[in-house]
Amino acid sequence: MVAYILRRLAVMIPTIFLISVITFIIIQLPPGDYFTTLQSLAAETGGGMDTAVLQRLQQVYGLDQPMHIQYIRWVSGWVRLDFGYSLEWGAPVWTVISKQLNYTLFLGFLSIIFMVITAVPIGIYSATHQYSIGDHTLSAIGFVGLCIPGFLLALLWMFLGIVVFQFDVGNTMSMEYREAPWTLAKVWDYTYHLLPAVVILGLSSTAQLQRIMRSNLLDVLGMQHITTARAKGLEENKVINKYAVRVAINPLISVLALEIPKIINQSALVGIVMMLPTLGPVYLRALLSQDVYLSGTILLITTIMLMVSNLLADIALAWVDPRITLT
Amino acid sequence: MHSDNSHTKLEAQRQELNDLYEGYANRQLIEEEPAIDPRTGKPLQDIYGASQWRLIWRKFIRNQAALGGGIVILLFYLVAIFGDFIAPYGKDTRYRESIYMPPSEVQIVDSNGKLGLFIYEQKQEFDKNLKRVYTPNLEKKIPIQFFVRGDSYKLLGLFESDLHLFGVPEGMIALFGADRQGRDMFSRLVIGSQVSLSIGLVGVILSLILGTILGIISGYYAGWTDDIIQRLIELIRSFPSVPLWMALSAAIPMTWTIGQTYFAISLILSLLGWTWLARQLRGQVLALRNQDFVLAARLAGASDSWIIFRHLIPATLGQIIVVSTLQMPAMILAETSLSWLGLGLRPPVVSWGVLIQESQNYQSLALYPWVFLPAVAVAICILAFSYLGDGLRDSVDPYTI
Repeated sequence: MVAYILRRLAVMIPTIFLISVITFIIIQLPPGDYFTTLQSLAAETGGGMDTAVLQRLQQVYGLDQPMHIQYIRWVSGWVRLDFGYSLEWGAPVWTVISKQLNYTLFLGFLSIIFMVITAVPIGIYSATHQYSIGDHTLSAIGFVGLCIPGFLLALLWMFLGIVVFQFDVGNTMSMEYREAPWTLAKVWDYTYHLLPAVVILGLSSTAQLQRIMRSNLLDVLGMQHITTARAKGLEENKVINKYAVRVAINPLISVLALEIPKIINQSALVGIVMMLPTLGPVYLRALLSQDVYLSGTILLITTIMLMVSNLLADIALAWVDPRITLT
Repeated sequence: MHSDNSHTKLEAQRQELNDLYEGYANRQLIEEEPAIDPRTGKPLQDIYGASQWRLIWRKFIRNQAALGGGIVILLFYLVAIFGDFIAPYGKDTRYRESIYMPPSEVQIVDSNGKLGLFIYEQKQEFDKNLKRVYTPNLEKKIPIQFFVRGDSYKLLGLFESDLHLFGVPEGMIALFGADRQGRDMFSRLVIGSQVSLSIGLVGVILSLILGTILGIISGYYAGWTDDIIQRLIELIRSFPSVPLWMALSAAIPMTWTIGQTYFAISLILSLLGWTWLARQLRGQVLALRNQDFVLAARLAGASDSWIIFRHLIPATLGQIIVVSTLQMPAMILAETSLSWLGLGLRPPVVSWGVLIQESQNYQSLALYPWVFLPAVAVAICILAFSYLGDGLRDSVDPYTI
């Protein structure tokens, strides 16, 4: 097991370097750089920027160097958590994104918790009450939830919040609490801004998880050891909870691993729609203004997050299911 | 005499055999009455002798959700194809006196109980907050006319015309309301669906070509070709799709023409899409290449390309169709979200994403909720595609129950 993890990590390092090269190329694709974008923006608003000033700035920030030199500069700082300097924010990239990264991880983590604690009981209910009205209703809702992704749900929620409920649904809290000290009212305000985001982010994966939990449990309930347990007179809820669910829940972990990329992808868009401090809005701004180190680092970190979550899922699967040995 | 006798004997024997044979033949005919399925009352021959496509079709039409989804999709595409004719106005036609006009309510019966399709004239006024309010003028009826002349357009880019399905002789009919520039939301939605629905189709076709070729090559030739293609797929898939799409679309130069941007976006969307199809096909082809029918074809001297095009592609066609149908909603949604972010298509192009982006101002949303209708159209379209794809997936394997 330890050897397996070490080997996976060893493979990951060259992959990350390959990905960082591709990332850097993609980010550098648009013509020009941060300062030329700034110059053209200034020109649009009637201002201007001297070409001499432009060249001087490019020199100071190393943007006049060839691409491979810029790349090596970027990579060599990683060990010191130095991912370059964000020109737009006037601060090192790591300082700019660390807060948003934490919020993104926090939100993603809550969504996964939400996913598991809602999908598993619903799946169990649907399987034990197969073809009942409740099962049909939950399956229908689940299918709609599965198809409508977080981006659209977030838009619909903003619309509902504004038009129907008439409160400030975006951001992490209402305007009046932003500068206020933490009180009970502020905690409540924070919660009802956070919860919709968590639900929206996790809903489509919840639906997927619930469908799979239902079909897994139905398979297991048809097995002979369940019939034996029932024949011996074991209580029904013990049969379900101790025998059937224990077996049916294992494959969910690999499904969970497949759903994490969805959450990572959607959190970028949902963050922008709901004006949350996730990496999404920063990333979008960085892309538009060609703040290359910032956007490149965010793309790289998101990719690494994806790789790590896949590794964790494999490890968790082996840990839960003793029949699987990782070699 | 003797010979005569034996002759008649032979004749009688033959006669007997003939009778027997005829009787047997007749009996066969009676017995060959087709076997009937006791449940449906249809001949069993229909089921056991049906081709695979018939079986798929039969299973598909029994799935009402999938059928409903398919019909909705068909309607969407029909509306998109004849969009310029169905929309009463062009996409940029502005009515200054109809800015933020609420959806016109089509009336059937007037105050005197007379039947007929008409709308009431809307009078624009400003309230004390300088907000536009519209009050219907119940005195003034505007009849809705069919096949009227209006803004000129080119249907399918070929036939010049100015005929519209419906319209009003004066004022403005806005079934879904008007936007901040007084443009008809219904017309814009209908014309926008041309871009949104076709970009999904183009993206799917591109990823279909790439995915089919690479997937089948990977599965058929195996070995190092397979290794290279699989590593490439893993590399592409290790990127999170939405951030990668965003980065690539941001790289599209602003100076590109509408056509170039359109093609670039669909290329970006298919860049990730093909990997799913390739993986799926590779697995199928790996299983099929060792089957007897492929071996038989090879022994008969068939070339690789003959085996691939004549045997492997038809055998995997069901999977190809299912994967592409299930990819459509993702493509449409990706275009919508990219345009919404301002990274995809930009005005003056009209697509669902552009329309949603124009309604993005949440303050105007509260006052004029109808500008949000494009998002509802996107939701309906995606849901319909998902039902269709789900039903197709179930019916493509007709031997499961």
